[in-house]
Amino acid sequence: MGKQTSLFECHQQAGAKIVDFGGWDMPLNYGSQIEEHHSVRQDAGMFDVSHMTIVEVTGDDAKSYLRFLLANDVDKLKVSGKALYSGMLNENGGVIDDLIVYYIDETNYRVVVNASTREKDLAWMAQQAENFSVSIAENNGYAMIAVQGPNAIEKTNSVLSDTQKAAVEGLGVFVAADTEGYFIARTGYTGEDGYEIMVPVAEAASFWNKLVEAGVAPCGLGARDTLRLEAGMNLYGNDMDENVSPLEANMGWTISWQPEERDFIGKQALLDQKQAGVKNKLVGLVLEGKGVIRAHMKVIAEGVGEGETTSGTMSPTLKKSIGMARIPKEAGEQVMLEIRGKLVPAKVVKPCFVRKGEALV
Amino acid sequence: MSNVPNELKYISSHEWIRQEDDGTVTIGITDHAQELLGDVVYVELPDVDTDVATEDEIAVVESVKAASDIYAPLSGTIIAINEALEDAPETVNSSPYDDGWMFKMKPSEPSELDNLLDAEAYTNEIDE
Repeated sequence: MGKQTSLFECHQQAGAKIVDFGGWDMPLNYGSQIEEHHSVRQDAGMFDVSHMTIVEVTGDDAKSYLRFLLANDVDKLKVSGKALYSGMLNENGGVIDDLIVYYIDETNYRVVVNASTREKDLAWMAQQAENFSVSIAENNGYAMIAVQGPNAIEKTNSVLSDTQKAAVEGLGVFVAADTEGYFIARTGYTGEDGYEIMVPVAEAASFWNKLVEAGVAPCGLGARDTLRLEAGMNLYGNDMDENVSPLEANMGWTISWQPEERDFIGKQALLDQKQAGVKNKLVGLVLEGKGVIRAHMKVIAEGVGEGETTSGTMSPTLKKSIGMARIPKEAGEQVMLEIRGKLVPAKVVKPCFVRKGEALV
Repeated sequence: MSNVPNELKYISSHEWIRQEDDGTVTIGITDHAQELLGDVVYVELPDVDTDVATEDEIAVVESVKAASDIYAPLSGTIIAINEALEDAPETVNSSPYDDGWMFKMKPSEPSELDNLLDAEAYTNEIDE
């Protein structure tokens, strides 16, 4: 038996199929993951993401520490509650993890990292903190619920207190409100609008049940994966890892090169890569023949070279198979995929297939 | 608990086999198999008139999770495939024993039918 979140009983009562995910017993689905997927695209669905790790970075050097630790620059954050997505790189420029950092004030930041990378992240963060006046502490006081979909905000607001409702009114995208012990962020991992909400552990189950009554459909990890893939969002461990540069993982936009005088871990390696020429790119694929794209299939760009898929699925929204692949930079718009010994044509697209319910490919 | 109809035969890789009155057999995957797979999103079936041998991988069922091979439970010739599954693969989940059938065969070695599991034996296998 693995670790359980404070919502585990809610999942069991709802008939969830439970699977191991990074040492946690998590719901894969509550029946049909395709129906759950459509709930999020068309109405509102929610995910227990309490297994993710919250790390509080506090102290006089919190800001200078994070500016050194992360490839993106927390100096961009000026408003309390504002969030930033970043890679945390090693000296070789490989991605140790991708994370979200919230700015509370100049000496307080809240970082959310992946569940599967918890130990190594905490160890790395502690190791890098040695020369800074900063404290790195895991916060286990919250459950986390992601409510996503076109009606997610409206349905969630209907179960909030008046004070909370006032606090989230007009909340900007990628901003969080800290209200009555709840930390409500307008973020997500589905390509739909919605919230990711940190709820005090003791109130998690009752809040979850209120959301169920408000018509928010419980969704498992299965739907979470097809939704994030349709939205073209990377999954750590699939689409990038410690041996992959953000420049080859469609994460170039998360690297802050300015101001030039800022040093960050992995910067020199990335500069060297750019100098030598980045060899690969992470692209989206839409399968044009029959079959389903899965991770680790061979991709052939004729006359250019070969690559490999990193993620793949049958898109419930598009009813086509889509995926992501790391392929040579020079590859064109058409590639062949080796699926179970057969070559099947696929179109190369920007890795963003569906946003706010609309097909983009 | 999975549904395991008494009138069908089975193999341990979760295919069911129905003996028809005309000596042909119809094959699909069991309720237990579709539960394990989750939502089926794609089914690749063999070509009609193909000759197959027992345990050949002759079809593929892909669910949201993964691809699974379907094995020929008997030797013989494929005489029909369920083309409706191409547009509605989810039928395998909703009706594994009826509308979700996959292919029909004409067995070339009728004695192989004796090697198939009955409902009780299959139930014991999936209970383990």
